Amino acid sequence: MEITGAEIFVRCLEDEGVDCLFGYPGGAVLHIYDALYQQDKVRHILVRHEQAATHAADGYARATGKPGVVLVTSGPGATNAVTGIATAHLDSIPLVVFTGQVPTSLIGNDAFQEVDSVGITRPCVKHNFLVKDINELASTIKKAFYVATTGRPGPVVVDIPKDVTAQRAEYHYPAEVSMRSYNPVVKGHIGQIRRAVKLMSQARRPMLYTGGGVVLDNASEELTELTRLLDFPITQTLMGLGAYPATDRQFIGMLGMHGTYEANLGMHNCDVLIAIGARFDDRVTGNVEKFCPTAKIIHVDIDPASISKNVEVDIPIVGSVSTVLKDMIKLVSDSSFSTDKEALVEWWKQIEEWRAMDCLKYDRNSDLIKPQMVVEKLYEVTNGDAFVTSDVGQHQMWAAQYYKFDKPRRWINSGGLGTMGFGMPAAMGVQLAFPDATVACITGEGSIQMNIQELSTLKQYGLPIKVVTLNNGYLGMVRQWQEFFYDKRYAMSYMESLPDFVKLAESYGHAGIRVDKPADIEAALREAVAIRDRVVFLDFITDKEENVYPMIPAGAGQNEMILV
Amino acid sequence: MRHIISIIIENEAGALSRVAGLFSARGYNIESLTVAPTNDPSLSRMTLVTRGTEQIIEQITKQLNKLVDIVRLQDMTEGEHLEREMMLVKLRVSNHQEREEVKRFADIFRGRVLDVSDLSYTIELTGSSSKLDAFIGNLGKIQVMELVRSGVIGIARGDKVLAL
Repeated sequence: MEITGAEIFVRCLEDEGVDCLFGYPGGAVLHIYDALYQQDKVRHILVRHEQAATHAADGYARATGKPGVVLVTSGPGATNAVTGIATAHLDSIPLVVFTGQVPTSLIGNDAFQEVDSVGITRPCVKHNFLVKDINELASTIKKAFYVATTGRPGPVVVDIPKDVTAQRAEYHYPAEVSMRSYNPVVKGHIGQIRRAVKLMSQARRPMLYTGGGVVLDNASEELTELTRLLDFPITQTLMGLGAYPATDRQFIGMLGMHGTYEANLGMHNCDVLIAIGARFDDRVTGNVEKFCPTAKIIHVDIDPASISKNVEVDIPIVGSVSTVLKDMIKLVSDSSFSTDKEALVEWWKQIEEWRAMDCLKYDRNSDLIKPQMVVEKLYEVTNGDAFVTSDVGQHQMWAAQYYKFDKPRRWINSGGLGTMGFGMPAAMGVQLAFPDATVACITGEGSIQMNIQELSTLKQYGLPIKVVTLNNGYLGMVRQWQEFFYDKRYAMSYMESLPDFVKLAESYGHAGIRVDKPADIEAALREAVAIRDRVVFLDFITDKEENVYPMIPAGAGQNEMILV
Repeated sequence: MRHIISIIIENEAGALSRVAGLFSARGYNIESLTVAPTNDPSLSRMTLVTRGTEQIIEQITKQLNKLVDIVRLQDMTEGEHLEREMMLVKLRVSNHQEREEVKRFADIFRGRVLDVSDLSYTIELTGSSSKLDAFIGNLGKIQVMELVRSGVIGIARGDKVLAL
């Protein structure tokens, strides 16, 4: 029996197992919305802005490991979604974003609400499609999910003209898909893996440096097993946090621009660097000329283009992180394998000396609320078991430094693109996926205002996230750079005319709590965690001029940190 | 160094702009680019000439390989290969002496005179890019009215093929 393109679309989502669709209706997608209205398998979440739809789907994807799915209309619907698509692209998050398009007969005519969505999104997607033929709709949707979720994951856009959703065709959803032009490598080259393991056995000052790829490939267990077998120190990138338990002795903190003293010095002084699912981002390497000057580098990544892009490596291994780690574990577990135990004792001694510097110390007796303390208290109150999303800036770094993530997929932030306004919609997606979990969005008074309209969506769907605002009245990271590098000329970094966040939250039917004394932090957080039927908006009035330390200034090496 | 990169790509709308977009987004330079369907009409063959350090060329080939529409790719300059480019050039010839000179040049470079008018000779010339450059470089006082080059195409020597 022939059904309409809109019905085919909905059937595809059902067959793909999509339980949550984030979207916003409009002219070009009205047929699809009509088809959605007449079924109850795919739940549609109506956001208040298309950017939030993409961030919510992104948060859902990061927390669950399943692709996030978005539906928006043509023109402004599509352009509003672009920031969220680019955010997912930079962090390799699987999204499938459907954009409505004007009817095929009008494409190129500057029709109402027409933009070249495929053209606009091309540089910030893994791949995109324009479906002009109803007979290719189902197979294209299948391909979109396949491309988004395999290899190095990423967002895929499917642009569907309105007339295609009205035409009729037989429905057939392919069980499998093969594309002659797309065959990601999964299995690492065993010869390269042997060479890598041999180098590990000879290492005197080894260092594991792991990133978001471990989280994306669900390789936490393998990473933990290998790290423990080797007894090497491990540092993680902003995107990798949680893949290895932060409370474990071998974890020496995040590395990079705001990484710990011990992690950055460990990197700088290591003789064998084992990079796994990480991409040598500039926020990690600092000045590449000064990066790991004495190290031989092993790099495991599913994306060949990530290897030797920023830093030349000695042993490249292309493959999925989990598969390569399994192969490594096999070799390392063999009785013939041993590490240089004596050298390791010395190396650990050195690392413990660095760790004893306690680079994350801050004034715990201040009369002002220290933002670090809010994060620490949140960690205690939630038993370290919350999903934490963040926006971008100082609060993001404090969240990464002071909330000790022991599990993967608990720390959800825009690492690559650095998108302010990400945190609250992302938290929305997480809470939808895990209705009973505690989901906190650590944010600032600047970032939160970039998607604050979503308080309405949160109300509509009864999602009780905790908004933890570290309100210092400044765009804190901008102010920090202006303090350090622009002689305290605070150009446009002061946030004036702030709303009363408590009243604002209450006007939506949420709870609001303002906290301005350190002594009240814990009680407020406990109260917030106890409220399960609406959002709690916590407005922490913090020390205005607190800075994020340590800090590697732009252009400096990893051993050139500014400490408190 | 100069590299000739040959690409087999899905013959689909937008495939070319993915390649062109990649080069502009990542700041790579394209010296020439040609594209046309192959004997299999679902595939196009693209030939790209670019310059860069070994590290940049490696990134270019890796990034190109990452494009979902690209089926196969080969850096022709890595092995023995043939390269050809075609040029059509319209030269101003205002007297007998210039006509003779252009005719002689065309013969030396194995070019063909395709068209003549009172004021012009149009020459077709095929060869490596450097041969075409040499022809232009030797024209002396003869004025070039118009010049069009096809961009380079290349193929490996021997049995080696770039195909599905």
